[in-house]
Amino acid sequence: MAYEISEYYKKHKGEAQWQDGEYTCTRTTMWSGPGCHNGCGVVYYTKNGKVEKIEGDPYNPFNLGKLCMRCINYVEAADSNDRLKWPLKRVGERGENKWERISWDEAYDIIVEKVNGIKKDYGPESIVCMEGTGRNVIWQVPYLCYAAFGSPNFTLGFLSGESCSMPRLVTEAVTEGEFTFGDYSAHFPDRYENPNWKLPEVILLWGQNAIISNPDSSLGHWIVECMKRGSKLIVVDPMLTWLAAKADIWLRVRPGTDAALAMAMNDVIIKEDLYDHAFVEKWCHGFDDFAERVATMPPERAAEICWIPKDTIVEAARLYGKAERGAGTWGVSVDMAQCGISAAQAINALWAICGNLDKPGGQSIIRYAFDQGLAYDYGIEILPPEVTAKRIGMDLPLKQFGFGATAHSDTLLKVIEAGGVPYPIKMFWFQSTNPIANMGAEAPRLYKAIKTADFNVVVDMFMTPTAVAFADLVLPCAMSSERWSQRNWWMPTASIRKVASYYEAKSDEQLILELGKRFSPELFPWKDDKEWIDWIISDQTSKMGMTFDELCDVVCQYEDFEYYKYEKGMLRPDGKPGFNTPTGKVELKLSLFEAWGLDPLPWYQEPPESPYSTPELHKKYPLVLTTGHRSWEFFHSEHRQLKLNREFHPDPMIKMNPETAAKFGVKEGDWVWVENYRGRFKQKVKYEMLHPGVVNAEHGWWFPEKEAAEPSLYGVFDSNCNNLTTMCQNGPTGYGAPYKNQLCTVYKVTEENSKIMPTEQVTRLGGFNYVQK
Amino acid sequence: MSKNNEKYGLLINYEFCTGCHSCETACKVENKLTYGQWGIKVAKDGPRQLENGKFEFINVPIPTSLCNLCEDRVNMGKLPSCVQHCQAAVMFYGPVKELADKMSEKPLQVIFTPV
Ligand code: SF4
Ligand code: SF4
Ligand code: SF4
Repeated sequence: MAYEISEYYKKHKGEAQWQDGEYTCTRTTMWSGPGCHNGCGVVYYTKNGKVEKIEGDPYNPFNLGKLCMRCINYVEAADSNDRLKWPLKRVGERGENKWERISWDEAYDIIVEKVNGIKKDYGPESIVCMEGTGRNVIWQVPYLCYAAFGSPNFTLGFLSGESCSMPRLVTEAVTEGEFTFGDYSAHFPDRYENPNWKLPEVILLWGQNAIISNPDSSLGHWIVECMKRGSKLIVVDPMLTWLAAKADIWLRVRPGTDAALAMAMNDVIIKEDLYDHAFVEKWCHGFDDFAERVATMPPERAAEICWIPKDTIVEAARLYGKAERGAGTWGVSVDMAQCGISAAQAINALWAICGNLDKPGGQSIIRYAFDQGLAYDYGIEILPPEVTAKRIGMDLPLKQFGFGATAHSDTLLKVIEAGGVPYPIKMFWFQSTNPIANMGAEAPRLYKAIKTADFNVVVDMFMTPTAVAFADLVLPCAMSSERWSQRNWWMPTASIRKVASYYEAKSDEQLILELGKRFSPELFPWKDDKEWIDWIISDQTSKMGMTFDELCDVVCQYEDFEYYKYEKGMLRPDGKPGFNTPTGKVELKLSLFEAWGLDPLPWYQEPPESPYSTPELHKKYPLVLTTGHRSWEFFHSEHRQLKLNREFHPDPMIKMNPETAAKFGVKEGDWVWVENYRGRFKQKVKYEMLHPGVVNAEHGWWFPEKEAAEPSLYGVFDSNCNNLTTMCQNGPTGYGAPYKNQLCTVYKVTEENSKIMPTEQVTRLGGFNYVQK
Repeated sequence: MSKNNEKYGLLINYEFCTGCHSCETACKVENKLTYGQWGIKVAKDGPRQLENGKFEFINVPIPTSLCNLCEDRVNMGKLPSCVQHCQAAVMFYGPVKELADKMSEKPLQVIFTPV
């Protein structure tokens, strides 16, 4: 076994806490700043209430002692003098970065007064609560929004088309009624040694550089472990990543065309009779119609659309179709196209027709451990139906039927821009989100919209561009080692244990609880954050039969996992075999979509701006721009203030094929302007193997080392790829957005063309319209 | 060099080194190395295309003169920090003789004996 455990840790096996000289050592898990979707097991070494060292916990089955560089460098982040230390109240104008220290009580008083005033004058729906991703605020901020403020408008930042995970999750919910994940043995505490687990013969990695990004429920390096043991790899990625270079087949897809590629692979598998007949006959609904639809996208046609040779598509389909066991992992690239839902539908169908669902080494059907159900709808039932009905975006078909308990960001923007029709937006609550630096498409447009609100609160760990630009109050948030919490996103249920504190920073739960008590004490009956978590563990996770303290002692708890649940009657509420869908089968043709007047079969549409859909625009902006790929050092807009992380990655980088660079008169290391008719931003050229017609820019960049006050605003728009993306170009469901498929051109940065920086253009000169002239 | 005068080193299975920087970071944090200083540094070749159409993308972390094989940690019964945290689990610490045996099991590996 490749995972060696040292004598030191063997000595402390089974101990949740021990003393090591002057250090107290505590085993627990992370799920917070420094941020990601994972939750690795760590050992904190604390002294005098401060974390002095951190190590990966070799006995944690999730990460087996390994950490990525963000957690290895946790102490620099947690200890940073730049962190927010106490609540701050704005004293100057918005954007001037002038603050006064106030107490938590004063902060709460101000919030109560403002919220009650807005509720009285405009109605609670005028308050919008937003959260980002990564920190464990998945259920806390929604609860604050519904239970304390009484507003139905909880949203995921200004994420256009909710195009991070939601299209994939919604598609799975209507296709097989459950979520699935590639089976890299994550369901078992003994992992690769578990006798029921089998190695995937082939891994289909779609639109994700899994080793760098943070796949839900899995660590990318589990795929590497499977590769060591012999799994073959098919990688769908516009860029030649390390995984793509190691793959048996690399599908260098044109960004935004994943739906066409997936349809064509289905077509090959069906035509060549490589699908699982027994599974399809017994467990799938609508196969014939599905086959007919994907036949409209033969590999020849997909080859032209996707810029991949036909033979490579066929080869990939054969490799996946013939495999005894195929596991798949997909990334946000699937969601980030107007037809993201369709791409998700066609990829999901590939897994299904090849008989890989819930098979060892295939695509595991997985729920939150012990059926805990806390997510974006936690507390929504508290609201009267007439208030819930006012949620922004409720006219979208999937929202109407309860798929995706969030307000729709694009519609929200339209509401604000229409001057508050049907009702005004008066307040934003931003917790752990930095939408103008990251996540929000068309950032300059958002800047204008958010500025119109009367009262804004930002909760974060560091001062951010969003806080400086908009906040009236900034509240300091605790980091992972400073909070009691739990993590239950798929398997296992894990405890997060408080071992330290930082000035007056509070955990998300603690501050929401204290504030909530001031609005509706009966809905916030818990004494403190720990009691709230304990209540959740015993109430929501009662099957586990543990208190929170007990969970802290064992660190994390796995549920027994069974394969082939659909055969055993484990998926449907009526206990019958089958899937939890209207037909009881995997729906290759979506009966729910049909009922809602949507196309029930996958379809392909060109991105709204592309070489083919807008050829004139393409002449002027001849490169396809893809954005948002991850880097080792940062989680979205986090970590830019950490010296060590910046030593590895000092500047934002745009990846270009050397051939493309030459054609545009630039070379590696040059700063270039990347421009389209919406705006421009600058990044540094780095050579990578991409199609010569595609460039790939980084997201999340701002510069904590630069002046905070406007017009500098930490340079937040200077290198911001979201100056070029757009809001409100969603698919018919309201989901999906073209973050990864825009058009642009590139030219060298000179002194001459850099007199006015984009941030000044946005904050002082009314935006980017000059580019259009 | 250990107490019994046996030479120790690091074995790296570079076929699967992903270039994740965990070893570099772990070493910098463990040894409090300043800006520009490295106890181990990942060298990268590729990605580049070979004549047969396949791609090559190699990462190999190279211990420098600042690597002391985590003497203090090892004396406490711990693994070197880079070895413990290597995300791809491709680093091994041990007596060079044992590592050499392991090395004969498969290609694409290197042994370093930094101190
Ligand atoms: S930041 Fe890295 S090490 Fe920390 S929990 Fe996330 S994946 Fe694990
Ligand atoms: S063994 Fe220790 S000192 Fe040497 S490279 Fe690894 S972490 Fe650095
Ligand atoms: S930690 Fe391991 S996988 Fe990562 S760069 Fe170092 S040797 Fe390679």
